[in-house]
Amino acid sequence: MAIVKLTRPKLSVGEKIYFGALLKGFFLTMKHAVASLRNKSRGAKDMASSGLGVTMQYPEQRWDDHMPEHYRGAPTLVTDEQGRERCVSCQLCEFICPPKAIKIIPGEIPSDDPWAKVEKRPKEFDIDMIRCIYCGMCEEVCPEQAIYLRKDYLISGLTRAEMVHDKKKLYEIGGVRVGLVNKWNEIK
Amino acid sequence: MSDTTTAPAEIKLPKDLAAEKGMVNVQIDGVWHQFPRGTRMIEACRSVQVEVPHYCYHPKLSVPGNCRMCLVQMGMPPRPAPGQEPQRDEKGYENIGWMPRPVIACANTVSENMGIRTKGELVEKCREGVMEFLLINHPLDCPICDQAGECRLQEFSVGFGKGTSRFVDLKVKKPKNVDIGPRIRLDDERCIMCSRCIRFMDEVAGDPVLGFTQRGTHTTLTVHPGRILDSNYSLNTADICPVGALTSNDFRFQMRVWFLKETKSIDVNCGTGTNITIWTRGNQIHRITPRQNDAVNSCWMPDSHRLNFHYIDSEARLTEPLQRDANGQYQPISWAQANQSIAAGLKHFSASQIAIIGSGRMTNEELFLTKQLADQLGDTWLSIVPRTGEADHLLVAADRNPNTTGAQLIWQSADPAGSLNAIRDGIRNGNIKALISLGEDLISDAGFTADDLAKLDFHVHSHILANPTANAAAIVLPGAAFAEKRGSMVNLSGRLQRLNAACIAPGQAHDDWEILRDLLNKVSSDPQQMPNIENVFKKLSESVSEFENLTLSRITDQGVVITETNHVIPLLENERARKAAGVING
Repeated sequence: MAIVKLTRPKLSVGEKIYFGALLKGFFLTMKHAVASLRNKSRGAKDMASSGLGVTMQYPEQRWDDHMPEHYRGAPTLVTDEQGRERCVSCQLCEFICPPKAIKIIPGEIPSDDPWAKVEKRPKEFDIDMIRCIYCGMCEEVCPEQAIYLRKDYLISGLTRAEMVHDKKKLYEIGGVRVGLVNKWNEIK
Repeated sequence: MSDTTTAPAEIKLPKDLAAEKGMVNVQIDGVWHQFPRGTRMIEACRSVQVEVPHYCYHPKLSVPGNCRMCLVQMGMPPRPAPGQEPQRDEKGYENIGWMPRPVIACANTVSENMGIRTKGELVEKCREGVMEFLLINHPLDCPICDQAGECRLQEFSVGFGKGTSRFVDLKVKKPKNVDIGPRIRLDDERCIMCSRCIRFMDEVAGDPVLGFTQRGTHTTLTVHPGRILDSNYSLNTADICPVGALTSNDFRFQMRVWFLKETKSIDVNCGTGTNITIWTRGNQIHRITPRQNDAVNSCWMPDSHRLNFHYIDSEARLTEPLQRDANGQYQPISWAQANQSIAAGLKHFSASQIAIIGSGRMTNEELFLTKQLADQLGDTWLSIVPRTGEADHLLVAADRNPNTTGAQLIWQSADPAGSLNAIRDGIRNGNIKALISLGEDLISDAGFTADDLAKLDFHVHSHILANPTANAAAIVLPGAAFAEKRGSMVNLSGRLQRLNAACIAPGQAHDDWEILRDLLNKVSSDPQQMPNIENVFKKLSESVSEFENLTLSRITDQGVVITETNHVIPLLENERARKAAGVING
C-alpha cells in the first residue's frame, strides 16, 4: 500500500472562527423552512404532498415513478428472450451474499432438454427476504447475467416461510430481460 | 609438504563440500541450496518453497514434459578456455552464464553450480504464452464446471495469464459430457492434454484404457474402443486432472468446492487405513478424497472405499436410544434411562452368561473401553466380527476390518475374532443369555439368525443404522459413523493413525466411546472421570505397552508405527520399484 501524506489545509482567520459558516447554515435552514411553509419546497409538486409540502402520504402516494435506474430492490432471477433460465447454479451469489440469504440446490439438466448443453441449472433457489440487505453483490458477481435487483421494495408476508422467495417466485418477479450476452448459443 | 608450513590448509570449495555428501549446489532465485544429485529441478524448487507452476508433472507418475508450463531459466558456469581458471565469486561459487532460452523444470535434473530462475521477464513471458495457447480452445464453462475453485488452469490464469484473449477464430469443438465409465464423466473441450490420467491408468492402476487420438489442436482424450474406464481406481483420475475434463459422477453438481471444509481422517473400509480428506459443508459429507501418505496409500484410494459414505445420511440412521416395550414396539428413552435399564438388565446374569461382540471397525479407544467393560462384568466372552474380502493388487486388503491390529494389541489376543463361533453356539444352546453387540449387524455380517437372537433374554445393540439385528434387540443405542468420530486405529502395517470428526452425529446419537464410558461407569463399582477422548487414550497408553508415551495429538496426520507386522501394501512395492528404476521422482 502506498502511503499518501496529507497536509493540513491552511485556514484563514475567518475560517478559523467558523462563525460565518454557522450563519450560512442557519440561513440555508431558514430558507428551506420558509419555502416549505409556502409549499414551494423542491419536489413538492411531484409528491403531491399535503400540508406543508414535505410529507408524502404513503402508501396512497408513492415515489415509484421517480426511482432512479440504479435503485436496488428485490433480487430476482431472469429468463432471456429465448426463454432460457439464465441461472446455471454456479453458487457464486450464495458465496458472496453477506447475510447468507441465498440457498441454492444445483441440479442437472436432463439430456432431452433443448438446453441440455448447459448441463446445470438450479433445482431449488431460495432467497430469504428477511435476511436480504439489498446490497446487490449477487447481481455484481453473477457470471451469467441471471440475477438482477428490480425496483420491487414492498416485500411483506405474514410468516417467515412467506418471506422466502423460491425459484418460481423469483422468476415471476424477474421476468424476461433482453439484450444479454448469449454465450451458450451455437455460433452461427 | 612439510616445508610449506606458511600456506594454510586449502579452503575447500562449495562444490567439493557438497560432493562429499553426494549433493550439488544449486542457485534458485539467487539463493544457494544443496540438493541430492539427480533431483529434478521442479522437486528442488518445491523443497525450498519456490513454486513452479505445472500441469502434467506429478511426482508419482512418469515425466512426459508436455504441458510446458514449468519453463524456467537455467544457467551453468561457462566452460573455461584451455588453461583458464573458472571465475569464482567470494564464496567460491562459479559465475553462472544464463541461457537465453527456457528449459522445463520437470524433466531436467539439477547439476553442480546450476542456476535456476523462476521469476524474471523471460520466464513470465513464457508462462503467459503457454497459458494463452492452453486457453485458446478452452470453453467458458467455469460457472458449470465442478473443478472451478480447485482448477489449476483457473489459478495459473490468474497468476500467470494475460487476462485477455487475442483469439478471434472459431474454437475447436470436441465431445462434451461423455460417459466413459460408471463413475467418471469426460469433457474433452476442457482437457489440456497433460496426460496425467493416461499415465495413472497405465502406470499405477495397471489398466491402460485411456489414450489420445487425433493430432495437434484436435488431440482428444478417449477410452480404448470397446472398453470403459471402470477400474476400481478410476476416480483418482478425477483427483489428478488439473482441469475439469474428468469429474466424478458421484460429486457431479453436488456442491462447489469453495463451500467445503476439509477434515483429515482415515478410511475404515479395509485394513490398509488409507489416509483421506473428508469434505463437508455444514453437517453433510459431499466427497472423500485420498490424502498423501507415502507409507500407506501414496496419493491414491480405491473407488469402492471412497464412495462408501452415503449411508451416513441414510434415512435409516438411528437418532434416539430405543427400548422395546411389552407390545414389541420401540419407544424412545433418554440415555440415562437406557443406561439404567442396561445395568439393571445385566444384573440378572452371571459373567459366563453374558457375551460382548465388538467390531473391528471400532477405534482403539472404543476397543479399550469394551475390554474394560468385559473385565468389569467378569466376562469371558468377547469377540469382534471378522470381515474378509478379496485383496486387490494395490490398496484393498483382504481384511476389511480397519482395526484388527488394534484389537489384537489392546485385547492382547492373537485372534480377537476367535470366540465368535463359541458365542454363537452358546446362544444357540442357551448358555449365553445376555448379549451386548456393538457396531455390528450380527444377522447380516456374523452368521447369526433372527431365531438365534430371539433366544436371548437380554440384548443390547448399538449401531448407526436401523438393521435386522436392531430389530431383535431389547435396547438399541444410536452410535456415530466414522466421519463423526475422533479416535485412533492401527492399520495392518502396524501404523497408528487418527480419525477426526468432520461432522456431528444426528439427533441424540452419541459417539461410541461415550456410550461405552457411560455404560462402564454404570456397571462399575469405581466410576472413572473421562470427560473427553484424550483421557481414554491416556488410560490406554498406560495399560498397553505399544501405545506408551503417545497421545492423540502426537499421532500426527501421517501416523506413527507402533508395532512391526509383515504386511506389505502392493501399491507401495510397485511405487518403490518404479522409483528405483528412475521412472518417478516423488
